Amino acid sequence: MLTLEKVSKVYRTGALGLGKLTAVFEVSFEIGEKEIVALIGESGSGKSTIGKMILRLIPPTSGTIRFEGKDIFSLKGQGIKEYYRKVQGVFQDPFASYNPIFKADRIFTMLREEFFPGISRSQWERKVEEALRAVGLNPPDVLGKYPHQLSGGQLQRFLIARALLLDIRLLVADEIISMLDASTRVDVLNLLADLRDRGLSILFITHDLSLGHYISDRSLVLYRGRIVEMGPTERVYARPLHPYTEMLMASVPRLDQKWTRERTHIERGAAYGSSGCVYYGRCPIAQEICTRRAPELVEVEAGHHVACHLRS
Amino acid sequence: MGLRVENLRVYYRTLRGYVRALEGATFSVADGEIMGLAGESGCGKTTLGHSLIYLKPPMTYIEGRVFLDGREVPIWDMKRMNEFRFRRISIIPQYAMNALNPTRKIGRMIAELLAAHNVDFNEILPELKRRLDLVQLSHDVLNMYPIELSGGMRQRVVMVISTLLNPSLLIADEITSALDVSTQKAVCEMIVEFRNRGFVRSTIFITHDISILYQIADTIAVMYAGQMAEKAPTEVILRSPRHPYTRMLIASLPRVGARYRQERLHGIPGAPPRLLDPPPGCRFRDRCPVAFERCQETPPFVEVEPGHFIACWREI
Amino acid sequence: MRAGIRHEFLYFALRNAKLRVGLSILLLFIVAALIGPLFARYDPNAYVGPPAHPPSPEYWFGTTTFGQDVYSQFAHGLRSTFVVGLIGGGIGTLLGILIGLVAGYRGGLLDEILNMFTNIVLILPTLAVLIIIAAYLTVRGILVESIFIGCTAWPWAARAIRAQTFSLRAREFVDLARMSGRSSLKIMLTEIAPNMMSYLFMTFILQFGGAILNAATLDFIGLGPTQGMSLGLMMNNAVLWAALQLGMWWWLIPPGAAITAIVGALYVMNVGLDEVFNPKLREL
Repeated sequence: MLTLEKVSKVYRTGALGLGKLTAVFEVSFEIGEKEIVALIGESGSGKSTIGKMILRLIPPTSGTIRFEGKDIFSLKGQGIKEYYRKVQGVFQDPFASYNPIFKADRIFTMLREEFFPGISRSQWERKVEEALRAVGLNPPDVLGKYPHQLSGGQLQRFLIARALLLDIRLLVADEIISMLDASTRVDVLNLLADLRDRGLSILFITHDLSLGHYISDRSLVLYRGRIVEMGPTERVYARPLHPYTEMLMASVPRLDQKWTRERTHIERGAAYGSSGCVYYGRCPIAQEICTRRAPELVEVEAGHHVACHLRS
Repeated sequence: MGLRVENLRVYYRTLRGYVRALEGATFSVADGEIMGLAGESGCGKTTLGHSLIYLKPPMTYIEGRVFLDGREVPIWDMKRMNEFRFRRISIIPQYAMNALNPTRKIGRMIAELLAAHNVDFNEILPELKRRLDLVQLSHDVLNMYPIELSGGMRQRVVMVISTLLNPSLLIADEITSALDVSTQKAVCEMIVEFRNRGFVRSTIFITHDISILYQIADTIAVMYAGQMAEKAPTEVILRSPRHPYTRMLIASLPRVGARYRQERLHGIPGAPPRLLDPPPGCRFRDRCPVAFERCQETPPFVEVEPGHFIACWREI
Repeated sequence: MRAGIRHEFLYFALRNAKLRVGLSILLLFIVAALIGPLFARYDPNAYVGPPAHPPSPEYWFGTTTFGQDVYSQFAHGLRSTFVVGLIGGGIGTLLGILIGLVAGYRGGLLDEILNMFTNIVLILPTLAVLIIIAAYLTVRGILVESIFIGCTAWPWAARAIRAQTFSLRAREFVDLARMSGRSSLKIMLTEIAPNMMSYLFMTFILQFGGAILNAATLDFIGLGPTQGMSLGLMMNNAVLWAALQLGMWWWLIPPGAAITAIVGALYVMNVGLDEVFNPKLREL
């Protein structure tokens, strides 16, 4: 349904834009029908950049993103609207997603003005209430209020309800539960899973491995803008291949086992060659070849890919 | 001797009245104990941590006493607290990476801070260097400006500075929430290491992430809407919690290995009460599946087993 | 709850001493400008009385060296001063908002170009340009003067608003509006601008005060309106005819004091508003 082909994003930095910062480098993957894909990475790994490019909020430097076969950045006018009718996003900070000086349900009004100018008021109100009920909210409790009068969980559900008002096929969920409290976040996660069962595809962007595991069908692990490992979630978690994924699995705080006593490798800013593997500076098993050549993503078992010279 | 807090009540003064952020907290932290302080946002955990070191307006002291190593700590008195701050009670703030003065080199900043507490920088320098080694920082950072360091490195610098004078009590306020998992683990291990080496005696580790507390804390105290709900050794809290809130909270956490398809988790319906005018009695009452008439009264925080405290009428 | 926010705003606004003082002074002068001319019995430029007459029941503020009524000049001058402030300040604010919003929101090349343009106007010695322009126009009214002033005063506003827009643009509600298919113009006007209302209001106050000062300076150095009357023009004439040396304080002090008081009140109001809008500065 959605395909990324060698998508890169390079930001210009510094005076006169002479410096370059590669946020995303030649990332290729696809999202199929009724699939939840987890995009896992630490801060600065480029995961949000990928989400924003899919939502057409920033253009890629190179590469193409296709939705149902069409390059989304070649769309114009009505085509863009049609795209947003099918692809929507929800972001991390529920409070930042609302204009603080307006009522929260303004996000619905905006959709009505832009997408459904012909619909009657009562018909539209019914549609909104239906969508709110679908995300587990009681319409009278939440309509007509200002963002600060609602909880983070309610605001995130609001945004999901907003997406449901359109004929949505793909939802980009960028860290949508990281700012919610533990007692409410799992309900939002379950809601996403239910939506998938109703035919939606979801790109679930997260830094939290346990959340990614709970909900996704496939997982992509990102490091410094590159995909280092990708495969069915069960395989990636049960048998991580890339040393970075291994390290993540070992450091995530778990409730069923304690951390092993081995010393954690933290980045010391070791220089890494621009031609070699991006993980070289932190890699415990690095060899000489890793400095010379960047590893390609190779399929090791059915659907399970890894970018590592030594593990493929 | 450790820390002993008795019936501590701290409110926030606002235009519309007091926000009852911390209501009668009573607990103690033993020497060498790392106590995890967990709860949702707005439950009062940060208020508690801050009131022990820097009770600044609009925070308002209402009542309660605090003892550290047998001596009373005058937390309501900003001036007299100066003698405790940094030397005996220290804090690693939430955004520690932004806590450093950007215009000073780190070494100079430390020297100035020490001078303000009548400690000679050169005397303490060898120990400072040993501790930088311990947190895997090069000695060169002393000659660098904060901006030259990454966020994680700055955080470690602040950790070393906060504990340099071997305080009796260290308050770590959400220090891992802005960090990546790998750095998170390293920082947590350092907190344990500081305790093991005796740099700090008691530690209060504030976080919303219970899985981190499981890794490093000796005991966990859970707060809800300004009240202490439960405190017990870590294993007990995780394996056999008794307060309904703790039970539901722990049950809602996804574990690595849990998948939606096999095991569907559930959150806690409802939301915490507004602390501006909270209902009397147990504040979890409205969301509690086992609440009964008695819950109209505030339950006391009592020890039901050695080291296991609960505020719930059902469990007393 | 909107009412609640307003209520809170009003509560702080009314409690703020700076705002109250500034607003009272300003209102006083506005009332004076509105009804003052009704009580003026003479044409401000007509020679109506004995020359250099000190204040008296007949000539409230005295007369000039030529026998013009100072009170009539003052009342009309005050009016024109407010006109300059409103039009000049208004144009400056509007241009600043427009250019700042567009540059900050669109970014990229357009931002570079607009930014360069802004900087050029910014570093132009404004007064020198105004002097040159004024010198080329032989017949100048208050309106023309106001437009000149407005067209040269906007760069500061534009830069500040651009920076604000820049930070607001990165907020997620703007992304959400884009994903709702909103056009850029609509986003600027309905998402970004309302979030800067306090800022825009303060910009206007500063531009208003700046325009009055600029006009007074221009008038004072003899490049003011060739017709009509203004406070700066009064001061210009007073100085030109050595009012101070001749002890005719009544000619010099009213316009000077009024300009100082109006501009001062605006700046005090600005500080007060800042405290009201910025919760961190509110004193509890």
